[in-house]
Amino acid sequence: MRYIWLIPLLPLAGAAINGLIGIRSFSRRVAGALACAMMVGSLGLSLVAFWQLLGLPHDARAYDVVVAPWIPNIPLATHTGIGLLNVPWGFRLDPLSGLMILVVTGVGTLIHVYSTAYMADEPRGGVARFFCYLNLFCFFMLMLVLGSNFLVMFVGWEGVGLCSYLLIGYWYEKKSAADAGKKAFITNRIGDWGFILGVFLIYSTFGTFDFRQVQNAAAAMPIETGHFGILSAICLLLFVGATGKSAQIPLYVWLPDAMEGPTPVSALIHAATMVTAGVYMLGRNAVLFQQAPEVMTIVAIVGVLTALMAASIGLVQYDIKRVLAYSTVSQLGYMFTAMGVGAFSAGAFHLMTHAFFKALLFLGSGSVIHAMAGEQDMRHMGALKKYLPVTFATMMIGTLAIAGIVPLSGFFSKDEILFQAFLHNKAIWAIAVVTAFMTAFYMFRLMSMTFFGAYRGPSWESAGHAAVSIAALHGAPHPTDPHAHGKGHKKDHEVTHGPAEPHDESHGAGAIAAFKTDRGAGAPGVKDDAHSGHGHGPWHGPHESPTPMTFPLMALAVGAIVAGFVGVPAALGGNNAIEHFLEPSFTAQHVEARPSTSSGRADTEPAAAGRADTQPPAAHPEPVEGGAEAHASRRVELGLMAFSVLIAVAGIALAYRFYVTKPEISQQLAERWAGAHRLLLNKYYVDELYGATIVGGTFRSARSLWTVDRKVVDGAVNGTGKLTVVSSWFSGLTDRTIVDGAVNFVGWMIQESSHGFRRLQTGLVQNYALLMLFGIFAFVSLYLIAR
Amino acid sequence: MITPTHYMLLSAALFMIGVIGVMIRRNIIIIFMSIELILNAVNINLIAFSAQLQDAVGQVFAIFVIAVAAAEAAVGLGIILAFYRNKETVNIDEMNLMRW
Repeated sequence: MRYIWLIPLLPLAGAAINGLIGIRSFSRRVAGALACAMMVGSLGLSLVAFWQLLGLPHDARAYDVVVAPWIPNIPLATHTGIGLLNVPWGFRLDPLSGLMILVVTGVGTLIHVYSTAYMADEPRGGVARFFCYLNLFCFFMLMLVLGSNFLVMFVGWEGVGLCSYLLIGYWYEKKSAADAGKKAFITNRIGDWGFILGVFLIYSTFGTFDFRQVQNAAAAMPIETGHFGILSAICLLLFVGATGKSAQIPLYVWLPDAMEGPTPVSALIHAATMVTAGVYMLGRNAVLFQQAPEVMTIVAIVGVLTALMAASIGLVQYDIKRVLAYSTVSQLGYMFTAMGVGAFSAGAFHLMTHAFFKALLFLGSGSVIHAMAGEQDMRHMGALKKYLPVTFATMMIGTLAIAGIVPLSGFFSKDEILFQAFLHNKAIWAIAVVTAFMTAFYMFRLMSMTFFGAYRGPSWESAGHAAVSIAALHGAPHPTDPHAHGKGHKKDHEVTHGPAEPHDESHGAGAIAAFKTDRGAGAPGVKDDAHSGHGHGPWHGPHESPTPMTFPLMALAVGAIVAGFVGVPAALGGNNAIEHFLEPSFTAQHVEARPSTSSGRADTEPAAAGRADTQPPAAHPEPVEGGAEAHASRRVELGLMAFSVLIAVAGIALAYRFYVTKPEISQQLAERWAGAHRLLLNKYYVDELYGATIVGGTFRSARSLWTVDRKVVDGAVNGTGKLTVVSSWFSGLTDRTIVDGAVNFVGWMIQESSHGFRRLQTGLVQNYALLMLFGIFAFVSLYLIAR
Repeated sequence: MITPTHYMLLSAALFMIGVIGVMIRRNIIIIFMSIELILNAVNINLIAFSAQLQDAVGQVFAIFVIAVAAAEAAVGLGIILAFYRNKETVNIDEMNLMRW
């Protein structure tokens, strides 16, 4: 455990080697192997560290290590006086960060392995660059979760944002990808603004950045019920940071666009790890948030509204990755709901199970996209079950897990959240249940459109040659909208039909080939690689992905099945091990050791009691407390579980009916509720709203500032210039008339006066001699006379 | 008896002849010869006073003057020759290039 600092350091080393040497000289295989090896090493160390952590007694499961000094004793003013700012590069391993490093390194390793096959068609240097970014991301993410103070966490926090930006814009020649990266970065920046302000406020309040010290100090402060104090302000600012990183209302808009990045990136960063950083941060500061119940309410409301809104948008999207992106936003909303109702363990539990099944679903969608040669529109898929058996089976497991079917992982974590929400507030619970129904529906809609029904994609026999020429005739359509020129396609996009007519087929093939060409233009060299890449040159139809891609799918599927069993609730005869395990991370430690023991206890004790009122015994792992009450709530809990499974099954059945057995129903519904359908399809016009208000407002204010700049600043500069010109004109006038006049006058005078004398210079020697003679004569005469 | 006055008169006459020759003649060779007359008028004076005062310094001076005159004649004739080659004339009126 002393070597936990190696866990983030290994990926950093991989990133450095791949970035400094690999981009120029490593082959694809070497770059991928290096990155994978680093991640495997990191995973091994994490497992060892976690094992050792489990070996410690329950309440002592925390390990701090200071790797190096960072900011040494700098005097800095705080709220109470001058404090010494002393920040080390400290890492802290406790149950929460232990869970997180397992998720990050575990899922990260699988996704690295997956990427070696997924990115095999990319140009050589691009692959090394990709793995460099991916390793760098893992480094920053591990810094984020392992950091023992807010500043180390902030380094990781910013670093993952940077890597997210770099990886979304991996195909940076494609404008939409570059724009999406920019959008993600700027949106995150707004959240980071809140986060760093919160951190500043923490320092000025507590005089330290260390998590433990902050928690202990905060636990000693009175709970701010019914009013907004300093803790509420801190928590609210931290929550702003979390909404940015974890894509909650109002800053969720970047995540769907982030799907422009390669699919493994979506799986790792935008599903399993980075977007959960906000949830992790809230859990890390659980003690603070428990002192600010008003902010907790805000967190719960924002979370549940985000869950509902994103799920409803996901109902009608056609891009397979976008559905999953909205699903991710929705599930993150669940996690925040859990945090908001005080069920921190449930939130962290859902974070872990979600990492498994959502990474699985994303990787599965990547496998589908790979099989369809870049097609992402589900309207051009269908009946892929027989071509992609492994992908289908694993994705089905993921779908059932996210829908919450017994006994897959999603069931346990989601029901824990629903149950806690039910105990906390019935309205929140109701919205969450509606969202659960929608989740089951849209996930099964995705599965139905992709794997069931009839095949609606392009044909592939001899499509190789014809496709290119048709693509050339039609021009290259936008890559995310490959069916743009297929009117016929648009009409029957949701209708199952037999083998499509040849005309339509060639259109589709053209679109796909054009998309490939477009991607090729985006990443130079990919075109040649795509045809020689791994042996499917001209597209031979959907095919199962190679082993490096299916193996992570299967591993994650196993995870999606079994991950839930660490949190089997007491109502089902389990002991909710994970909640018990995580509990020390969410409570203030060493409160007893503080001098103000009595007051601290007095403040925290009613809090615990108050929570116990709203969250009866089942919320706590010990099934011993409260006999009859526990019994009643156990019945409630079982009832709720049955209800939510019922809801999930209903959603699945409805989706199956709408999209497999009677596909025309969905079409009719979309026509009947055209307004609502359009609203959802256009994502509630939030992007347009932000474009009109925030982006437009920024542009307008920038333009008015520009006008000020042009009129006032430029005016001042130009006025000064003009003044100088005028004054120098006068100066020039003086120079020309007076100074030049004097000089010229002297010259003129000499010229004029020398007119007479120069006549003497006849050039005739005899004249000179004569004059000399006269001169001598004169002088001699003078001499003689004067003597 | 020939007194220094006689010598001085002769010398003055020779000097005046030389000066007038320099002033009025146009041929540069003649002017040159006139300069020689001037120099020799001086020489007569020097010799006369050397004999009168029984002092050899005057005669030494006269020898110097003759030597300088010879050198002057050599240089002067060279210049005249060069001038003649350019202008094909020895007329002094043509030699007015160094004027304003």
